Amino acid sequence: MTIALFLAFVAVTLAITVWASRQTRSAADFYAGGRSFSPMQNGVAIGGDYMSAASFLGIAGLIALNGYDGFLYSIGFLVAWLVALLLVAELMRNSGRYTMADVLAARLRERPVRTAAGVSTVVVSTFYLVAQMVGAASVVSLLLGVTGDAAKVWVIAGVGALMIFYVTVGGMKGTTWVQIVKAVLLMAGAALMTVLVLAKYHFNVSELLGAAAAQSGKGLAFLEPGLKYGATDAWSKLDLISLGLALVLGTAGLPHILIRFYTVPSARAARRSVIWAIGIIGAFYLMTLVLGFGAAALVGGAAIKKSDPSGNTAATLLAETLGGGAGTTGGALMLAFIAAVAFATILAVVAGLTLAASSSVAHDLYANVIRKGRSDERGEMRVARLAAVVIGGLSIGLSAFARDLNVAFLVALAFAIAASANLPVILFTLFWRRFTTRGAVWGIVGGLVTAVGVVLLSPICWGGASATKPAVTLTAKQAATCGVDAGARSVGNPTALFSCTAVAPVPLENPGLVSIPAGFAFAALGALTSRRRRDAEEDAAFTALEHRALTGVGAH
Amino acid sequence: MATNSDIEVLRRRFRRFAFPMTVAFLVWYLLYVLLSAYARDLMGVRVFGNVNVALLLGIGQFASTFGIAAWYAAYARRRLDPLADRLRAADADPDDTGVVGTADPAGCDDAGTELSATHGEATR
Repeated sequence: MTIALFLAFVAVTLAITVWASRQTRSAADFYAGGRSFSPMQNGVAIGGDYMSAASFLGIAGLIALNGYDGFLYSIGFLVAWLVALLLVAELMRNSGRYTMADVLAARLRERPVRTAAGVSTVVVSTFYLVAQMVGAASVVSLLLGVTGDAAKVWVIAGVGALMIFYVTVGGMKGTTWVQIVKAVLLMAGAALMTVLVLAKYHFNVSELLGAAAAQSGKGLAFLEPGLKYGATDAWSKLDLISLGLALVLGTAGLPHILIRFYTVPSARAARRSVIWAIGIIGAFYLMTLVLGFGAAALVGGAAIKKSDPSGNTAATLLAETLGGGAGTTGGALMLAFIAAVAFATILAVVAGLTLAASSSVAHDLYANVIRKGRSDERGEMRVARLAAVVIGGLSIGLSAFARDLNVAFLVALAFAIAASANLPVILFTLFWRRFTTRGAVWGIVGGLVTAVGVVLLSPICWGGASATKPAVTLTAKQAATCGVDAGARSVGNPTALFSCTAVAPVPLENPGLVSIPAGFAFAALGALTSRRRRDAEEDAAFTALEHRALTGVGAH
Repeated sequence: MATNSDIEVLRRRFRRFAFPMTVAFLVWYLLYVLLSAYARDLMGVRVFGNVNVALLLGIGQFASTFGIAAWYAAYARRRLDPLADRLRAADADPDDTGVVGTADPAGCDDAGTELSATHGEATR
């Protein structure tokens, strides 16, 4: 049943992709969907691009297991859109063409800024891709009831092959329609479940909260902050703030989100699409709140943890329960529907990510850095398609290799890099007259290196028990992987990448608190220390960019 | 580009809204995150039924996000779009560029018609 729905979705999206390929002739079609989408279509597609499996399955699961703390994620994910709306979307639409780097290149020296921005785009998108694909592998194999390493690798390869097809054949048009179909399915599925959950509690939210708190075994603490984040010492509270910063400042620096602003005809349409997106994404996160507490109340934390310790299957288990429970036709139908929605969600997001990365490789690195603008459109599109295959293949390989690692941190890391490396440089380029090429390169490189560096020194890589990460009770398998006795009290994070017992030099799991100020500081320092020889020229370039960004004169 | 004053006004209006509003919602969001981290007793106070301060503040973040988005949309339509339209029209028609800048009555008239035409289109 689930497989039939999966296949139906795949068939529909493949048909759309083939149709879109017939409409894709020019580079503007391939990169920006011909700039012909309406604000509503683009708003829905932004929702489809943004609401990843991590936010549907992940947040519902976080709320189901940790109560209120899961909600913090959705708030950060939503408020972040105001940064995009007020400061970035319209100005970017007017001053860029296909990629994030276009905006920087409009006033700074082309080759250094495109190289830096291209590298950061590929890094952010690939991290995000690997997180999504590894997540897809575990979720899809859980949903389909297949186990074992071979199955996971096959799921990763299948998802990867589909996303490569969407991007290479359908370009931005095909990818956008896949995202629209997915967003409609996701909203419909979430709305149906929300109504069913609320109906069980007489549409009384307080009653639902009470039931969730009682069922959780944690009482009213389940409805208060503190079960997951900032639960131990002062560092863990700083970690929560660090996460909050990265979430709210990262969105407006995510390349796959930024390129969506180019798919509409004008800055005004970009503004209206962001407003649509805010409405859709906000409604969706309010529904995940109901779904998460509903899963806690109706399915129960113990049953959810038994199916998947990180809670990723909370939404699908809830669907089964709402349909009538395991073994009933209604339960099987609901489960199949929501599982198919989750699958669609993953596919749409990975396609958007692959498109963003390959656009940047072709348009920034190939056409403007390597060929110095001497390539023709057809050649550029050929490189973009090739890049999609290479990046897709690379992600399949990385994900297959990392399939048993805990890669959830990669999403938070992608947001942190976007906030630390991309956002400072975008904002300074758009608003600061004295900003320079050196500032842009320092900002991107400094933000990127700091964010990755902090993670390399964090408990994600070094899992020794400390005041911040108290020792956990190990399962036999974890103890074996870590090479310690089952009763050992020296492990705080059994899924640490490098060592389970060495204590991390930096106790923060989320680098944002350090790397975001560092990114702004590097960018500012680079600009202030530049030798100012071409003052008049740079000044004129900023005036021209500002005029174009605000009015749309000369916009593509 | 002779319409220097128009672009100045447009930039000032844009920045006067966007910058303070960004500071305001970031402070409000950070306040919420800080309260979640450091004022857990306050956040746990129940307001009605099982609904506590934390949940109300969280819903408040949603409400303020929707509110600011709607506010900005209205502000931009009223105060930014007409100016941007006029500047674009002036750029498209070089004769116009000359006259708008020197405040020629005919030129202003011209820009006015252009303005209402594009404005009508935008609100359609």
